[in-house]
Amino acid sequence: MKQVDLVIIGGGSAGMAAAIQAYDEGIRDILILEKDARLGGILNQCIHNGFGLTEFKEELSGPEYLQRFVDQVKERGIKFKLQSFVLNITKDKVITYSNAEEGVVEIQAKAIVMATGCYERSAGAIQIPGDRPKGVITAGTAQKYLNINGYLVGKRVVILGSGDIGLIMARRMTLEGAKVLCVCELMPYSNGLQRNIAQCLNDFNIPLYLSHSISKIVGKEKLEKVVVSQVDEKFQFIPGTEMEFECDTLMLSIGLIPYVSLLNNIDCPTSSTRGAIVYDNMETMIDGIFACGNCLHVHDVVDFVTIEGRNAGHGAAQYIKEKEEHGSLKIEVDPNLAYVVPQFVRTPVKEDLTLKFRVRKEIRDKKVVVRHKDEVVFSQVKLVMIPSEMVILTIKKEKLQDITEPLKVSVEDR
Amino acid sequence: MKKFDVLIIGSGAVGAFVARNLSKYQLDVALLDKENDVGNMTSMANSAIVHSGYDPVPGTNKAKFNVLGNKMFDKIADELDVEFERIGSLTVAIYENQLPMLEDLAKRSEQNGVEVKLLNAEEVKKLEPNINPEVKGALLAPTAGIINPFNLVVHAVENAVDNGVNLFLNEEVVSIETKENGYVVRTRKGNEYEAKVVVNAAGLYSDKIAELVEPVDWKITPRKGQYYVLDHYKLGLVNHVIFPLPSEKGKGILVSRTTSDDYIVGPSSEPVEDPSDLSTDSMTLANVKNQAKDMVPGIPFNQAIRAFSGNRATCTRHDFVIESAPHHETFINLGGIESPGLVSSPAIGEYVVESMIRNMLPLKEKANYNPRVRPYYHLKKMKLEERNQLIKENRDFGEMVCFCEQVSLGEVKDALSRSVPPRSVKAMKKRVRAGFGKCQGGFCQPRILEELAKHYGLDWTEVNYDEENTNILKENVKELK
Ligand SMILES: Cc1cc2nc3c(=O)[nH]c(=O)nc-3n(C[C@H](O)[C@H](O)[C@H](O)COP(=O)(O)OP(=O)(O)OC[C@H]3O[C@@H](n4cnc5c(N)ncnc54)[C@H](O)[C@@H]3O)c2cc1C
Ligand SMILES: Cc1cc2nc3c(=O)[nH]c(=O)nc-3n(C[C@H](O)[C@H](O)[C@H](O)COP(=O)(O)OP(=O)(O)OC[C@H]3O[C@@H](n4cnc5c(N)ncnc54)[C@H](O)[C@@H]3O)c2cc1C
Repeated sequence: MKQVDLVIIGGGSAGMAAAIQAYDEGIRDILILEKDARLGGILNQCIHNGFGLTEFKEELSGPEYLQRFVDQVKERGIKFKLQSFVLNITKDKVITYSNAEEGVVEIQAKAIVMATGCYERSAGAIQIPGDRPKGVITAGTAQKYLNINGYLVGKRVVILGSGDIGLIMARRMTLEGAKVLCVCELMPYSNGLQRNIAQCLNDFNIPLYLSHSISKIVGKEKLEKVVVSQVDEKFQFIPGTEMEFECDTLMLSIGLIPYVSLLNNIDCPTSSTRGAIVYDNMETMIDGIFACGNCLHVHDVVDFVTIEGRNAGHGAAQYIKEKEEHGSLKIEVDPNLAYVVPQFVRTPVKEDLTLKFRVRKEIRDKKVVVRHKDEVVFSQVKLVMIPSEMVILTIKKEKLQDITEPLKVSVEDR
Repeated sequence: MKKFDVLIIGSGAVGAFVARNLSKYQLDVALLDKENDVGNMTSMANSAIVHSGYDPVPGTNKAKFNVLGNKMFDKIADELDVEFERIGSLTVAIYENQLPMLEDLAKRSEQNGVEVKLLNAEEVKKLEPNINPEVKGALLAPTAGIINPFNLVVHAVENAVDNGVNLFLNEEVVSIETKENGYVVRTRKGNEYEAKVVVNAAGLYSDKIAELVEPVDWKITPRKGQYYVLDHYKLGLVNHVIFPLPSEKGKGILVSRTTSDDYIVGPSSEPVEDPSDLSTDSMTLANVKNQAKDMVPGIPFNQAIRAFSGNRATCTRHDFVIESAPHHETFINLGGIESPGLVSSPAIGEYVVESMIRNMLPLKEKANYNPRVRPYYHLKKMKLEERNQLIKENRDFGEMVCFCEQVSLGEVKDALSRSVPPRSVKAMKKRVRAGFGKCQGGFCQPRILEELAKHYGLDWTEVNYDEENTNILKENVKELK
């Protein structure tokens, strides 16, 4: 069996950043396996701009952003295989992939970085009441048809879910001549970035109905109309609030889910994000297997995916060079937080610790506090935190030198 | 006008097996369906259980054909290359007062000639670690199995067509004229087909089709069944088909693995006016969830990837109607084929041909009849070397197009090269499973659409999701207008 030091599964933003970082730390024997015909992942279809503000202090389109990393991969001569789909991995880090040229190939890696991205929650997953006609499509698939293939899926569109892809597609389809009738969102707040609400909905007079959902899909073969109803605090439809929209497309932007089938098959422990549970170096609970990007937790800004990818590449490079024994402590969160990544920090702490989390609902004018026992190791005032925007904070390593107990992250009054 | 010896209306499981049995003989046979694919109604939306036959009332058609059909499945699955596993069923008693009912069922099984075994609570828990720990006992029926229902019908029709049967899709029968030695069948598109013998296998519409010839004393009163499908997250949630005790409303809500290692939970049972109403509703599904949890408390419903429903052709006679029309011997009605209709279909097909049509037409065997379909490719079951040999011969088998279900381009093209090729994205999904997984086609649909367009020489905007005129794409925005 062929041996490779580092195999990276998925050649999107996360995977490329991990590969470049590991290379720059001296790892030469790297292989990126990518199932699509090009590197870059989901950014290939994100032709709008807004990428790179943190990374390059510039507003780039998705393809422009990804090309800078493709160039870096190529400059370094990092090997990658396209249209090569990973079928399986084992705990011992044997990777099985398939492509047309080589067939099904098994390789042995010293370390693996999982960077497989995410998939869209579908209509089936939320069991929207009513018929199941053609015309119900996820926003990302509609985006691919439009931006990659050049086809519009419909002309009268209702969007369920206010995730960013849905918002971006509301604008994109309007510009292509479709009529977007409304966006409805189950929660009392939007799941998209504020700037997308302003630039994609408000600028085009597209109404956003918060606390509303689809109470019925009508149309046996082809979508004919949807019924939108308001929901109460328990998300039950309120009778008498129904609005009917005749439409040919119901576009769903109801959430992204980390794509982790390969990890599930090897019983890798996962968290409430559905991604793997990781240490601060992005190593999963399975020795030598790392994870980063949208397959770990869904990001809204690609720049942070890139940073996380580097972190995983750094972790994998260190692991390959010299595997260190370490202890670990859990990072606990209070109920205001939906999750935190990483879930464990290795001890003794040798590097600054970056924590990423999302709040469950909008929180105003509070502070985020991290404690070790009773000692405050980090504290920062936050004027607003909303579920759609990931919070990132970094704790200096000096503060974490003698930790012996779990760290606790909480939201407190100022 | 096209002339046939036998014309079959409906390409569900029942029509498919009638056609396949007829294809052994030197006859001109037509198989008509109103849909854009074979088996596109009840035969694709059911529990897909090859029931053992322990519960139908002894002496009924249901009991007879279920037991006969079950015995045929090893051979059928082999000849038609369909995934089939005899995983056995467990009918569980959760409450003390249900135990006598289990014993009654055991007696009924004996009358039906079905092998069963009564198990105590400990034995059940050993077989099914995730069962409700309150379980009091169960009836094990080892001959029950699970089948891939989509492939069962497609492959049966493919085999029939390979042996000479003529398939006509998108042909809805709207009227039937009785002539001296046969019938003239007219379709909505205005086509006419003449046949000496007509077999009505129109499922939910079998009463309507029967009435086109003469009144009958039975009627279809459809009952809907709603389900959840859970992703193949982990094996071992349940190892058998788990049934509650049956009631007059049906077999109740079951939990089972499917042949593709998903889990299926359902069906509900409620009357529905319109046989084509396949909508689902939240209240019924919530109910399905609760009842299933009563048997298997830990079902991970957050792994649900789809809800769907199918309608049972429940008949006022409460049994399968398998008989000639009252005054037209050569017009054969197969009505009310509700559950256990799928498992019974091979036995019904054989009976209709060998015990009914044999008395109407001379049946001369074809010399070149082949009961087997051209073998399908089962990449996942192949050894590495075998698989690589295949890819060497045809590189398309190395290129994956559906990631959730791991389907290769080779399998997609193979489906298109067969005698009952898929004409829509959904028909492809039924054949190769592309789009059946957790992303529900989000990733692979554009690729599948591309292959269909290429194969049929269509523009992308002409490729249908399912029926005619269900094109997924509205317009090409790059084209100059
Ligand atoms: C529609 C949309 C709009 C967005 N808009 C913005 C924005 O305006 N600004 C911003 O900053 N960020 C935006 N983002 C966020 C950002 O683009 C993503 O979070 C980021 O690109 C994710 O990178 P990734 O590498 O984790 O995943 P991906 O880009 O999805 O890459 C994963 C790669 O893994 C491959 N893969 C998966 N499984 C396998 C396997 N088994 N074998 C081989 N390869 C495999 C996939 O083909 C894919 O190329 C947007 C995201 C989306 C989806
Ligand atoms: C919820 C549910 C669960 C079930 N579970 C099981 C199970 O686990 N095991 C089991 O053995 N059975 C089960 N069944 C029963 C089984 O699915 C049916 O008995 C079987 O599929 C019936 O096949 P069919 O060919 O009679 O009907 P169908 O599959 O409905 O086929 C009838 C065909 O006739 C066509 N047609 C109708 N009208 C016309 C017309 N005018 N012109 C042309 N074509 C026409 C239709 O398009 C259709 O394709 C279940 C059924 C349901 C609803």
